[in-house]
Amino acid sequence: MAKIVLENVDKVYSGGVKAVDNLNLEIADGEFMVLVGPSGCGKSTALRMIAGLEEISDGTLSIGDKVVNDLPPKNRDIAMVFQNYALYPHMTVEQNLAFGLKLRKTPKPEIERRVKEAAAMLGLEPYLKRKPAALSGGQRQRVAMGRAIVREPQAFLMDEPLSNLDAKLRVQMRASLNQLHERLGVTTVYVTHDQIEAMTLGDRVAVLRDGRLQQVDTPKNLFDHPVNLFVAGFIGSPAMNFVTAALTENGTGATLKFADHTLPVPAETLEERPALRDYFGREIVLGIRPSDFDDAEMAAHNSGTMEVVADVTEELGTEINVIFTVDAPPLEHEDAAALAADAAGDGDDEDGVGAGLPLARDKSVFTARVNPRSVVRPGQPITLAVDTRQLHYFDKVSGLAIGHPANVAAKA
Amino acid sequence: MSAEASVAGPRRARRGAGAALGGVAARVLLWGYAAVALAPLVLMAVSSLRPEAELRADPLGLPTIPEFGNYARAWTEADFGGYFANSVFVTVTAVLLGTAVSVLAAYALGRYTFPGSGLLLIYLLAGLMIPIRLGIVPVFYLFDMLGLLDSLWGLVLVYAASGVPFGVFVLTAFFRQLPAGLAEAARIDGAGEFRLFGQIMLPLVRPALATVMLFQFIQLWNDFFFPLVLIRDQDRYTLPVGLTAFFTEYGLNQSLLYAGLVITTLPLVLLFLLATRQVVDGLTAGVNR
Repeated sequence: MAKIVLENVDKVYSGGVKAVDNLNLEIADGEFMVLVGPSGCGKSTALRMIAGLEEISDGTLSIGDKVVNDLPPKNRDIAMVFQNYALYPHMTVEQNLAFGLKLRKTPKPEIERRVKEAAAMLGLEPYLKRKPAALSGGQRQRVAMGRAIVREPQAFLMDEPLSNLDAKLRVQMRASLNQLHERLGVTTVYVTHDQIEAMTLGDRVAVLRDGRLQQVDTPKNLFDHPVNLFVAGFIGSPAMNFVTAALTENGTGATLKFADHTLPVPAETLEERPALRDYFGREIVLGIRPSDFDDAEMAAHNSGTMEVVADVTEELGTEINVIFTVDAPPLEHEDAAALAADAAGDGDDEDGVGAGLPLARDKSVFTARVNPRSVVRPGQPITLAVDTRQLHYFDKVSGLAIGHPANVAAKA
Repeated sequence: MSAEASVAGPRRARRGAGAALGGVAARVLLWGYAAVALAPLVLMAVSSLRPEAELRADPLGLPTIPEFGNYARAWTEADFGGYFANSVFVTVTAVLLGTAVSVLAAYALGRYTFPGSGLLLIYLLAGLMIPIRLGIVPVFYLFDMLGLLDSLWGLVLVYAASGVPFGVFVLTAFFRQLPAGLAEAARIDGAGEFRLFGQIMLPLVRPALATVMLFQFIQLWNDFFFPLVLIRDQDRYTLPVGLTAFFTEYGLNQSLLYAGLVITTLPLVLLFLLATRQVVDGLTAGVNR
């Protein structure tokens, strides 16, 4: 096991396309690091550079304490799980598992022991003599995992290993991946475009966009303290609601105004983020997580309210998603545009419902997640309570979160 | 019983009858085709077992007592044994050599891009478009200079080379459609270039290899032209040329002729029966994936 360190790593393809731009990332020994981002953000390229399948254009990459820039994949002591599994079709499951060990001249009894162990761990014992073609998708996926496990490498690299499975199996495999990592404790780099996978699996999650690292932090911190509009919109499902709001100060405190709604800014927020004061009298981008709304009648916390008319309600049993419009133009920012494009791109995402709402015209579409016992119905008015302590504030031009420690540090 | 069922009943039966009729027609047609195709072969096999006198009296009859002596005489007296050995040597060696060269070239051309790779592929494929027989005069002079005339090895070389364009054409396509992840997985597992080729890639194109080899084998086994031009000594004749020599010598002995024909045809029939499955796999690869 080892830590993996990327320092100022670039990947420039012939033709000048920069797939990865000055990536700095330190993955601790035994850490589960998830690289997440929309398609084309460079996450897979970054992983393939760690694997040695892509050359590094600039910067240094070290595994353990060794710089491995020019080491071929087989000498990096890493194992990789591919999206399409890449099992050898002409070999049985057993041979697939043993192949890497055989090439490394592992003694035969040792190979047998490790294959048996991995097969037991993954429940593959009944299938050892089968060829991959005779296995189901989930079983193949487990063989691919097993092939990595038997090698007992310094690090696991996983390139969207669950994306070819159906939804139910994916949830199952996600849980067993978590378990597996707990048990083996091997440094893991995991690439996915699915932010739920990222949040549930990662010790830390690195969000990438256009080859640049946006933010790397624990899932909770990413959710609670996104560094910019892009991260805020990408992490969380349904996605965060954005609207341009005027931040004003009066005698008693600060308020946010957008369309015909007014929300107070709690005093503690101003204390936490003194930078907000610089924005008094100006417009900012306000972000509200759907989960920070609730039906005012049953809200636990009620520091601000919005009177709205529900356009659509989605009853999910554990909650109701209320989709409504706010009479303010939709946010026009390159980050928001990138997110919309991504949501439109892969149809299997459950967020981005609002973007397709036909009657939204030039209004902002909001989603609120309310208590399932709420009696809200489509077309009816509802008073929503907003937990104003959890509001997110972004600079209108740069899209950076106002007062976020990372942005404050960058400025200084 | 509902009224609905009684209405649907006859209609379904009628459609069933139509389908059955179509099936029967298709069967009749296919069996008819098979009969036409197989009849000459059967006649040949049957006649080869009849004594000469019987054949003359009743050309289309069945053998009264199977006469295997025809084969023995054809094999030794008419020297079919020698022709057969020559044919086997030339065909097998040429197919193996040609395929070995093709598979190596196709692997590099199908899996890697390097400066000039496209041009090289076009050059090799151009061989498919130019009938090699047109080049017989230059080949003849070349072989004369190299001292390869009247040599079985010379024949092997022409044959092997003539098979390369087709082999490269088919195998390149096969190597191309193998998923890139496989090679990457093998590299990460620790395989070097040669092991990657030998243990991962080569086994995966086996159906294509079988197809290529079989096609070559049939073509070379039956080829009459090159040995006719390049081989002079009757001891080095291959079966097709040997047959013509036989016609002139034993033309009147039909039972011997039939035995000779069976000896010539049998290896192809056997090969086809054995390899059909692999070939079908090769031809339909990708259809069910």
